[in-house]
Amino acid sequence: MSETAEHTGHHIDVKQFHPRAQAAIHNPKIRKNFRSAMDGLMSKRKTAFEGWDLETLRDLGANVRLRALANLPDLLEQLEEKLTENGIKVHWAVDADEACRIVRDICKARDAKTVIKGKSMVSEEMELNHYLEEQGIEALESDLGEYIVQLADETPSHIIMPAIHKNTGEISQLLHDKTGTDLSNDVEYLTASARQQLREKFMNADVGVSGVNFAVAETGTLCLVENEGNGRMTTTVPPCHIAVTGIEKVVPSMEDVSALLALLTRSATGQHITTYFNMISGPRKAEELDGPEEVHLVLVDNGRSAIYQDDELLDTLRCIRCGACMNHCPVYTRVGGHAYGTTYPGPIGKILMPHLIGLDEGRHLPSASSLCGACGEVCPVKIPIPDLLVRLRQESVDGDKLHPAKVRGHGAKRSSMEAMIWKGWAWMHASAGIYRFGTGAASKFRALQPSKAGAWTDYRTAPKLAAKTLHQRMKERGQ
Amino acid sequence: MSSRETILQRLRNRTGGELTVPECDFSVLVRDDWSTKERIERFEKMIESVHGEVHHCTEDMWMDRLAELLNTRGARNLLIPKQHEIGQALRDAGRDDLPELLIYDEPIESWQGHLFNEVDASITSTRGGIAETGSLILWPNDDEPRLMSLVPPVHIAVLKASELYTTFHEAMKAQNWAAGMPTNALLISGPSKTADIEQTLAYGVHGPKELIVLMIE
Repeated sequence: MSETAEHTGHHIDVKQFHPRAQAAIHNPKIRKNFRSAMDGLMSKRKTAFEGWDLETLRDLGANVRLRALANLPDLLEQLEEKLTENGIKVHWAVDADEACRIVRDICKARDAKTVIKGKSMVSEEMELNHYLEEQGIEALESDLGEYIVQLADETPSHIIMPAIHKNTGEISQLLHDKTGTDLSNDVEYLTASARQQLREKFMNADVGVSGVNFAVAETGTLCLVENEGNGRMTTTVPPCHIAVTGIEKVVPSMEDVSALLALLTRSATGQHITTYFNMISGPRKAEELDGPEEVHLVLVDNGRSAIYQDDELLDTLRCIRCGACMNHCPVYTRVGGHAYGTTYPGPIGKILMPHLIGLDEGRHLPSASSLCGACGEVCPVKIPIPDLLVRLRQESVDGDKLHPAKVRGHGAKRSSMEAMIWKGWAWMHASAGIYRFGTGAASKFRALQPSKAGAWTDYRTAPKLAAKTLHQRMKERGQ
Repeated sequence: MSSRETILQRLRNRTGGELTVPECDFSVLVRDDWSTKERIERFEKMIESVHGEVHHCTEDMWMDRLAELLNTRGARNLLIPKQHEIGQALRDAGRDDLPELLIYDEPIESWQGHLFNEVDASITSTRGGIAETGSLILWPNDDEPRLMSLVPPVHIAVLKASELYTTFHEAMKAQNWAAGMPTNALLISGPSKTADIEQTLAYGVHGPKELIVLMIE
């Protein structure tokens, strides 16, 4: 993992979550952009599932994902075999850095100067754009939201809608400054102008890089979900297509895909289906007239096989990246995607990122939650996100040698003072005499109790100790 | 050890031991058998809700409707398949109310600029449709290459009403997709769109601005 640090120089400090969250909370524009977007997404999702037996469908989604994970190594081998048979070259990467190097080597072998990209969260995880640029290869995002974010030199604030933090005016100004587009609040005009700019890029790109939504082992098929058509352009126009994906994305058959697709688009944007569902099973055949002559798949581990070891944490890998957990999260809605400072924000980020960056670096993530449970209720594959948050909280303060922790950087948040207080607390409660003496003394000296109790009393009145203990009152009542 | 072996070994030697494989019951995806009429209605409703257009036609008059649609849009040309009966019929008709007919019969490299900048509309066949989601099934091939349904600003698709399936699940089973897939297969449900600028819908961001379905009944 240490190698990953090679090109993370520009990385936002994840540990600075609190100041960023504070700033976002006091930024009315951010609040408004996210609030209205998330409200819209929640109601669209609800409408899209009308007439469905949603619980049963979610059960199916969960089982389909669990079945795939239970057979993961076999499925990956089957996928590799099938893809190879179909003419797609398969590569394996232990971490993000190796994945970047594989992409670079494919580009260099073709003497590629420009790469056009379809939306891929794994490539964000790899920080592929910065890496390629360091290697002298231009990498341009073609999803409109990603294109905007790239022009602004920012990172996506939502996994499905990367530029959701910006309003039309800001985007117009950005396009004007960076590409010379006329200032306008007409979204159609702005979109048409981006279309024109990007069409040129598609035609001249040497390589197309995309993500993968589902990889089907039985037929050797890479499935991509999208609305814009940039994904189809990316995977069809340039002479070489490189798909990058996490190792957990493989499923046994197209039938599994039909269940997950029904859940994915409705959960994500409240669409019954996206405009394009693109299924790629091979490069251009001799008689065909378009399509890439070379197709590659890079299977990226980057911490996933470590998550795979533990029965409880394994559920993290069920995720199909719909973003419903963010759309429904009261914390995400208020602080926005950038406050987290991580590739994946919101609830899924809080349970996934600690594995990728360690609990030391991501120490604030599991506790940036009110544990309200909304994320778990809407998850299309029933990931028990709140339970996993609690588990990661335990691991972040863990010091118990009897239950060896699994997550890198565990115990990073452990404070010896806090541990001592709880030890004392436990000791006091284990002995009736000491307990009565302690509570009696606390009641007697209640006047000395401070009226402030840290952040707790910023928005609340401090709780007051009663004049008499429960034991004393019961005694007085003669019971 | 190669990265491949490292990853597979880590997965195989899982500390948590073997995982149990759950049963998957797909019956929740199965819809009661809708009549052809219901499927047509649902298909139309769904694809229109995402800005697609459906025109009901018969074998005898679809070409009249096509000519009308192209004329109102001022299309200068139409990209057609060479082998497929749709393309054959259009060429054989020798009509003067149709725009110039173009054929995609050479590799993209030799005419990319022309396809991207000069072609106004294309017409393709379909391998059926999906009523529940309002989707067209396309399996591009050498006669109807992948970019035909993507690059021109207007895509016209011919769909036989008798080839409408109720769900995606039903369609893939009926057509036995498990037996093998083409290099590229597509579900297309409406024209290209984006909501990336402040959740405002805009059409034709990268692909066609218009999707027109000629439904042959």
